[in-house]
Amino acid sequence: MSAAAPLLSVEGLATHFFTRMGVVKAVDGVSLSVRSGEVLGLVGESGSGKSVTGFSILGLVDPPGHIVAGRILFEGEDLARLSGERLRRLRGERIAMIFQDPMMTLNPVLRIETQMVEAIRAHHPEVSHAEARARSRDVLGQVGIASPEERLAAYPHQFSGGMRQRVAIAIALLNRPSLLIADEPTTALDVTIQAQILYEVQKLCRESGTALIWITHDLAVVGGLADTLAVMYAGRVVEEGPVDAVLDRPLHPYTSGLIGSVPSRNRRGEPLRQIPGMTPSPLRLPSGCSFRSRCPRADKHCLEMPELAALARGRLVRCVHPLTSEAP
Amino acid sequence: MSTFAEEQAREDAASIEESPLRRLAADFFESKLAAAGLVVLLAVVFVALFAPWLSPQNPYDLASLDLLDGRLPPGSTSAEGLVYWLGTDDQGRDMMSAIFYGLRTSLAVGALSSIAALVLGGALGLIAAYVGGRTESAIMRIVDLQLSLPAILVALILVALLGHGVFKIILALVVVQWAYYARTIRASALVERRKEYIEAARCLALSDARIMLHHLLPNCLPPVIVVATVQVAHAIALEATLSFLGIGLPITEPSLGLLIANGFEYMMSGKYWISFFPGIALLVAIVSINLVGDRLRDVLNPRLQK
Amino acid sequence: MTVLVIRRLMQSAVMLLAMSILVFLGVFAIGNPVDILISPQADQAEIARATAALGLDKPLWEQYFVFLANAAHGDLGRSFVFNEPALRLIVQRLPATLELAFSAMLLAVVLGLPLGLYVGLRPDTFLSRLIAAGSILGFSLPTFWVGIMLILVFAVWMGWLPSTGRGATVSVLGVDVSFLTWDGIRHLILPALNLSLSRIALVIRLAAAGTREVSHMDYIKFARAKGLTRGRVVRVHVLRNILIPIVTVLGLEIGAVIAFSVVTETIFAWPGIGQLIIKSITVLDRPVIVAYLMLTVFLVIMINLLVDILYSVLDPRVRLAEARA
Repeated sequence: MSAAAPLLSVEGLATHFFTRMGVVKAVDGVSLSVRSGEVLGLVGESGSGKSVTGFSILGLVDPPGHIVAGRILFEGEDLARLSGERLRRLRGERIAMIFQDPMMTLNPVLRIETQMVEAIRAHHPEVSHAEARARSRDVLGQVGIASPEERLAAYPHQFSGGMRQRVAIAIALLNRPSLLIADEPTTALDVTIQAQILYEVQKLCRESGTALIWITHDLAVVGGLADTLAVMYAGRVVEEGPVDAVLDRPLHPYTSGLIGSVPSRNRRGEPLRQIPGMTPSPLRLPSGCSFRSRCPRADKHCLEMPELAALARGRLVRCVHPLTSEAP
Repeated sequence: MSTFAEEQAREDAASIEESPLRRLAADFFESKLAAAGLVVLLAVVFVALFAPWLSPQNPYDLASLDLLDGRLPPGSTSAEGLVYWLGTDDQGRDMMSAIFYGLRTSLAVGALSSIAALVLGGALGLIAAYVGGRTESAIMRIVDLQLSLPAILVALILVALLGHGVFKIILALVVVQWAYYARTIRASALVERRKEYIEAARCLALSDARIMLHHLLPNCLPPVIVVATVQVAHAIALEATLSFLGIGLPITEPSLGLLIANGFEYMMSGKYWISFFPGIALLVAIVSINLVGDRLRDVLNPRLQK
Repeated sequence: MTVLVIRRLMQSAVMLLAMSILVFLGVFAIGNPVDILISPQADQAEIARATAALGLDKPLWEQYFVFLANAAHGDLGRSFVFNEPALRLIVQRLPATLELAFSAMLLAVVLGLPLGLYVGLRPDTFLSRLIAAGSILGFSLPTFWVGIMLILVFAVWMGWLPSTGRGATVSVLGVDVSFLTWDGIRHLILPALNLSLSRIALVIRLAAAGTREVSHMDYIKFARAKGLTRGRVVRVHVLRNILIPIVTVLGLEIGAVIAFSVVTETIFAWPGIGQLIIKSITVLDRPVIVAYLMLTVFLVIMINLLVDILYSVLDPRVRLAEARA
């Protein structure tokens, strides 16, 4: 663990959506950090706000959503306060993002070549079309696409889902960003393809030293991939720490419940373990700890929102009754 | 601690109870423009319905007309003290009365032809969707054929073939419109046909006619309502256009189009009101219908709901 | 692709044939054209002679085949009124109508596309609402009413532009066109604007709806995530996707525009085929009516076919699906 400043440091991020039906606090207290070359797994159920966190970092939250609080420190700048033009220069160049559904990520009426070359020339207009094309071809090969030269002239719908995702990854890595945010990139793919993509991304990031935030709801996926794990619930980070420590000795009751409910963790013949109750609607979050209505350890102390506190070196938890109070 | 979950469940159940009709109305009235349109439309319909009682003069009672009162500007008075608020035309008719009666004719022809087209096109569309097979292909091919021709061209063809007369014009308008209804209902019915409640109805061995009318039809209605409002406006505009060109309704049943045509020649000499006011009346009728129909479409379109 | 073209050509031929039967039956079978030409005082012998001369004594189906055969040779009868071949009458006046129609379409795209894009991208500004309201208006207003208003405002009250007729023409490749002279343009503006107004409204609505829909797509977000400028995102990513439905609809609308020129030409006394057909219907000049209907239907069918082909060229998904089929 180097003592260098983290590449990305999110502090107290809050992104709210001001809708006709009320304020949706999609993200309401997210703090996390990623070091250069590190892989952070951001885990949570649907609706926990993990995707919105990803978009907030890049400033891609559409109205009626706005970042209402917090800082997003990246390479010394607070992204939440940058101008549109400054942010644009960072996107695709220093920070890149890939999305969940590869079917919809690529523009169906433009060739792959067009979509790749423009990503390069948007940031390096001095690069010629031919050079950009050559680089695109090389990166396509790196992500494991056969005959990249022919593939450049193709249209997105001529690719399978897995290959489209590879193309998206290739586009993201074209300008050698220092951070890649991957928003559930394998959720829409077959299990076998999932494994391939996981492997590719891991390899590429290690080779290029790119930091990675892998957003997912699937603990199994992130277990083998990440260095650090951050668990989100109802718009807040509830636990953060090194992946093995969190998975073996979770501190937050929700994390423990999440781990316990993974089917492979149960023995055959045992009933599947679940977390009782349902995730609260983001329009009507309970006061205090959002998890208290489902938590077996909740009591009157939970009526106040707990802070994200460091329990031990590198382990943060937002709970007044964490599972173990001793250091790992 | 499980009371919170129960509380939540109760709240969720309550929000489902808000009736779809009320939500529709609430969404509709969110647009002040559409609300204004609806008010204007109701006013127009009211005037059209009660024209004989609202008009100061019966413009088609020749005995009450005085040629010497012809082409008077708005605001002038007749010998008996009747105020011609909107002026008179070349025959001495009070423009306002003529407009009220004209509105009546225009709306009646437009609405009647639309309803007839709705019934005809709707029936054919439903049958096509429900029965499928060769019947469907045959019907839809005719529909496509007709829809590929511009409406006014179809109207021209029919007028050229059938000649003049109120009934013939209405017939022409019906022929122009039925295809839109057929296509809309068929598209809707195709989607609904695959849904489970239709299969359930079939399992109960209900007759085909009953299934089509009682089960399929009500669920296909929303897009049809939208098409219907727009079509009525089009029908009114088309009839007005044909009448203006002199190949529409006969002089005995003057619609707004004919009134406008009458006044066209006087425009250059400054007697604009003979054409202008009927034109405004036509405009108001058509625009209010379109405003309402437009808003209905936005409100009923599931894709735009965010 | 060729399979598509051939299939559509055959469909078009069938349609044309069906139209010809319909038109023939309607025009020649209903009523007796002789009654219009011969004075009521004519005696039997004259009527018989005229009937024979026009070939009306033969059985209906024979008349139809004669009609078809003649049509194949480009002879659609002679105008009762002008005593000239009907087809020639129409073809003479066609350039004027086409000039009007294309000017209207051009205006529709040049004015409608940018306005529609703006409304789609920034729907909440005052200007957007104004444009949207205006487009509803433009769409609902009957063409003839707009024409009258345009004349009233610009020709009668302001006196800026002429109210009737076509301007000075210049011959290009044997065809008379008026948009190359300043006088011609002055005469062209009002009628073209009149004809185009509802198309402009249509394009605005299509462009706005398309832009709204496309803006929420993932690939637009991804394009922004790549760091492309807003301008490029709109110009390349949004525009290419909304153009396809707009072009298709516009292509199909050309037929309607040509048909609607009937109204505009009547109001502005523009010497095109529209003006001719109205006169012909009122005096029942049947050969001209037939020629007009056949020609217009033919044009519309051809245009629809072209649009289909164009659509498959523009949308790569359709093009490749057809190739695989």
